[in-house]
Amino acid sequence: MPEISVKTENLVRNFGSFVAVNQVNIEVYQKEIFGFLGANGAGKTTMIRMLCGLLKPSSGKATVGGLDVYRQSEQIKRSIGYMSQKFSLYEDLTVEENINFYGGIYDLNQKRIQKKRDEIFFSLGMGDYARTLTYDLPLGFKQRLALGCALLHDPRILFLDEPTSGVDPKARRDFWEIIHQTVALGTTIFVTTHFMEEAEYCHRVFIMDAGKIIALDTPTKLKNRYKKKSMQEVFVTLVEKQQEKKTNPMPDSNDKMS
Amino acid sequence: MSLSKDRISAIARKEFFHIIYDFRTLFIIFLMPVVQLIIFGYALNLEIQRVDMAVVDLARSTQSRKLVGQFSGSKFFRPFFYQGRLDDLEDLFKSREAKVAMVIPFDFERKLQNETSVQVQFLVDASDANAAILIRNYCNQVIMDYNENRGVKLPLPFDLRSTILFNPELKSSHFFVPGVIAMILIMISALLTSITISREKETGTMEQILVSPVRPLEIISGKVIPYIVLAFLDAAVILLVGLVVFKVPFKGSLFLLTGLTVLYILTALSLGLLISTQARTQQVAMMMALLITLLPTVMLSGLVFPIASMPKLLQYLTYLIPARYFLLIVRGIMLKGSVFSQLLGPCFFLALLTLILLGVSVKRFNMNLER
Amino acid sequence: MKVIEITDYCKRYDGVAAVEGVTLKVEYGELFGLIGPDGAGKTTLLRAICTLLTPDEGKILVMGKDVTQSIMDIRSLVGYMPQRFSLYQDLSVEQNLRFFADLFGVTEGKRERRLLQLFEFSRLAPFKKRKAGELSGGMKQKLSLSCALIHTPEILVLDEPTYGVDPISRQEFWEILRSIQKEKTTILVSTAYMDEADLCDRVALMHQGKITMVGTPEKIKASFHYHLYRLEGKDVRFLRDFFQKLPSVRSTQLFGDTVHVSFCKKPALSDWKNWQRDSRGNLKRWASQPPSMEDVFMESTEKER
Repeated sequence: MPEISVKTENLVRNFGSFVAVNQVNIEVYQKEIFGFLGANGAGKTTMIRMLCGLLKPSSGKATVGGLDVYRQSEQIKRSIGYMSQKFSLYEDLTVEENINFYGGIYDLNQKRIQKKRDEIFFSLGMGDYARTLTYDLPLGFKQRLALGCALLHDPRILFLDEPTSGVDPKARRDFWEIIHQTVALGTTIFVTTHFMEEAEYCHRVFIMDAGKIIALDTPTKLKNRYKKKSMQEVFVTLVEKQQEKKTNPMPDSNDKMS
Repeated sequence: MSLSKDRISAIARKEFFHIIYDFRTLFIIFLMPVVQLIIFGYALNLEIQRVDMAVVDLARSTQSRKLVGQFSGSKFFRPFFYQGRLDDLEDLFKSREAKVAMVIPFDFERKLQNETSVQVQFLVDASDANAAILIRNYCNQVIMDYNENRGVKLPLPFDLRSTILFNPELKSSHFFVPGVIAMILIMISALLTSITISREKETGTMEQILVSPVRPLEIISGKVIPYIVLAFLDAAVILLVGLVVFKVPFKGSLFLLTGLTVLYILTALSLGLLISTQARTQQVAMMMALLITLLPTVMLSGLVFPIASMPKLLQYLTYLIPARYFLLIVRGIMLKGSVFSQLLGPCFFLALLTLILLGVSVKRFNMNLER
Repeated sequence: MKVIEITDYCKRYDGVAAVEGVTLKVEYGELFGLIGPDGAGKTTLLRAICTLLTPDEGKILVMGKDVTQSIMDIRSLVGYMPQRFSLYQDLSVEQNLRFFADLFGVTEGKRERRLLQLFEFSRLAPFKKRKAGELSGGMKQKLSLSCALIHTPEILVLDEPTYGVDPISRQEFWEILRSIQKEKTTILVSTAYMDEADLCDRVALMHQGKITMVGTPEKIKASFHYHLYRLEGKDVRFLRDFFQKLPSVRSTQLFGDTVHVSFCKKPALSDWKNWQRDSRGNLKRWASQPPSMEDVFMESTEKER
């Protein structure tokens, strides 16, 4: 059995009388690409925030990289990385300056930063862009830079939020190639996305609705089980089935959380 | 090309909603002038009273004591005798113990009796130039009073006396209330209009409006109408506070002031429009509007500093400042009771400025998303 | 008459071409998709159709009218939904709708009827009084669409309407588009989501300012030249590396626990048997995989290069 990287047991989070996350049990293995799907307000963001140590659970257990989310949230923050489509790169700084800045934020010493910078230039093929303003980078390279910055401090778990929506397919495939390499080095990847094509790149996906798990399996098995061609269809079928069960549909009041 | 009244009113109505929903801004719009009035009316008082005056009386005679007595009798000065070395007088200014020093020479008494003129030396701290000029003038006045008391005919061919008209108490609030009206109006009209248009560009709503068959003049008119009303209400508030709290006199016609205020608001709105055609974000619009309206209005319109005392180059620049003309108009109507025929000059210039600004901005108003 | 007819359209920004010689025709009543990644030039092209940009070269006709000449006529004919949510966030749902009704000069009688219709399909009626800024992503998108439809336009132009919207709302949105199309409206929609191409009648693939392919989704997919297979096995990374080295393989891609391999020549059963042996039993299953729009898109852009 591979080593467990993230584990939750009966994890619950309430906001007043509203249950955002309801008795969730997951086990994510090391070197796994774990997809996290759900409609707006399904509880995805709450779940991620708890795992990042930003939000305390109401009850239940959760460990991230062996660290307890109740007591060791500071250590957790230091051992995870985060990258989103809207990753906060400074567009008016050069590629190099962005790397130096984020290296500084993570308190890396000059030597480490330099080593990391060379790595990014080499492995992400960005050497030619070192002195280019981030604003002028092609979108695909902005994404790579964002990824590079999120990996500066060698996080054990990397959270990706819609990392490649909108980039051209070639750039997207290159990006996932890099993700696979990162995984091979021992990092666990958590992907949240609305974009079902990204879900296909995951080892396992986890679909949430109204705070509960409604499916957890590999994309292939899910597609086979529900006899669908794409994850998009699987997702829609599952969530609609779920919503039919409810006599009273959820109001839209909680979407600010996602 | 005909304008649609419905479309203009649709835009104006929407703009009204924006204004009333954003009551924080609304609050500032009505609070700001009151705060400014208080600052200008009380804190930034240009009247000078009880100036510390160091007296070096080398004569030590009856006449010199009388002269000093004349100064202490006036409400402007607070003289004290300075015993130190003459060379160290400067230190008094540095330590701000005195703003002016008077040196009465040894031979004061003798010269006063035997000769036609006698020189008394005044040293004024001119680090604040405006204050220095006022102090000098006050000194002259006291000296003249002294001469008169002595029954001495002045050696001058004529008697220089000034009488202060229209603002006999020399109250600066009388001077500033019209100024604050001029400033607030340009702020609201120019700043807020330019921000509201650039906001639509920034948030992308302009794109949505532009795909409708709306014409530039319709957008402009619709956007501008609510701000005319707003600016007007604000002007009324300032005027009311000025009249009630600061007891500023109102000698002229309210009707005339209202009419000319509309003209001034139009000038300011055109300026705002011009800014908005250039600025693509609210932040840029705000910086530009502040740079173009607020600072020049305060510095160059004659609101604080008299235009006549500015360097020549700046004096020419003041012709471009709308507030310059409006100040002449408001001060004229309120303090002097001027009538329209006496204000033709400033009115003409304001109208000219408005036409130029409006023409340029309507022309530059983009009907598509080209830059 | 073609509803939209674009001939050799070019548009440059500071010398850099955003759209480079696009020729395209949109037929009456069809749901036409403009598919391409961010920066492909989709927005520029759509804005030009809506008279918001002038061409540097070429010509655009909307219902036979030139976009540089009959600006106001075209603006009355077209309903446009910009890429970003471009409504007034501080105004309520209803205030937004009424504002645009007034702008487009919708008469009073028609307006009330139209509002009812729009509320019906968008199901926004219960949220009439809510501020637009407080709506969820899916609802904002429907409000935005309603505002674009308020004057019952003959042509609807939508710029990435489903961007960042969750899959359920996306699905619902496409169903709404289909129902609008039934009312004889021609729809031109752009998207960066390749999988949405399948929901259109015809699509154009756009890449770096150029159209690389036009046709029905089926035809476009049928044009794929290679043979795509989905492979499963014990160690997918090993499998991938193994196939990457084969001369007959054009490309490989890891997808979770599977590998997609495209071959230049259709492999024979004997080939598979050989590979199974050579990969030391790592190859467990293989199946022909129908190409996705993404696969075709990549092929079409590679030809371009």
